[in-house]
Amino acid sequence: MKIEILGVGCAKCIKLEETAKQAAKELGLDAEVVHVTDLSEISKRGVLMTPGLVIDGKVVSAGKVPSVEKIKELIQKSTG
Amino acid sequence: MAERKCLCEPQEILFFPCSGGSNVGQIANQAAVELTREGAGKIFCLAGIGGHVDGLIESTKAGKILVAIDGCPVSCARKTLEHGGFECRHVRLDDLGISKTPCSLTWDDKQVFRVKDAVKNTLSR
Repeated sequence: MKIEILGVGCAKCIKLEETAKQAAKELGLDAEVVHVTDLSEISKRGVLMTPGLVIDGKVVSAGKVPSVEKIKELIQKSTG
Repeated sequence: MAERKCLCEPQEILFFPCSGGSNVGQIANQAAVELTREGAGKIFCLAGIGGHVDGLIESTKAGKILVAIDGCPVSCARKTLEHGGFECRHVRLDDLGISKTPCSLTWDDKQVFRVKDAVKNTLSR
């Protein structure tokens, strides 16, 4: 599983990265977590509000930092 | 060196002009552009909602107040937002006495001003 954090590197983006890593850990997943900081790359995903959370290529959240529980839910939904 | 702009600043007010292929569609677009430049909110991508672009849909969910600005009674902007599951406030240019003129893409500043004023009134509700 690949989890991408979209954001140029401010406090919210860093918080989301930590939260996503925690969520993956609690689910026992071996997820690759990548922080995308390039604005043009972020724009290509259609994200106009950061931080954005992408799970296996799909944007599942933007403009907020969801809780660990919410991210776990989003991951489980993505994995079907 | 280019300024590194952060997109984390919350944008609570989002404008969705229909941007249709007529004078009124382009007046709606111009009003949204000017309102954005004035800091009243941010113009957003209606086509992304219609196209089910996940990044734009998730970004739109982060908005608090969505304003559809439609040029004519067909109300494409409002309907597109509603189809995407979003509630919005609505401004229609024909309600402001601005008529669609077939084959025309010209307008004047007074018309744009009238639309901006109507949007601001909608926001103050």
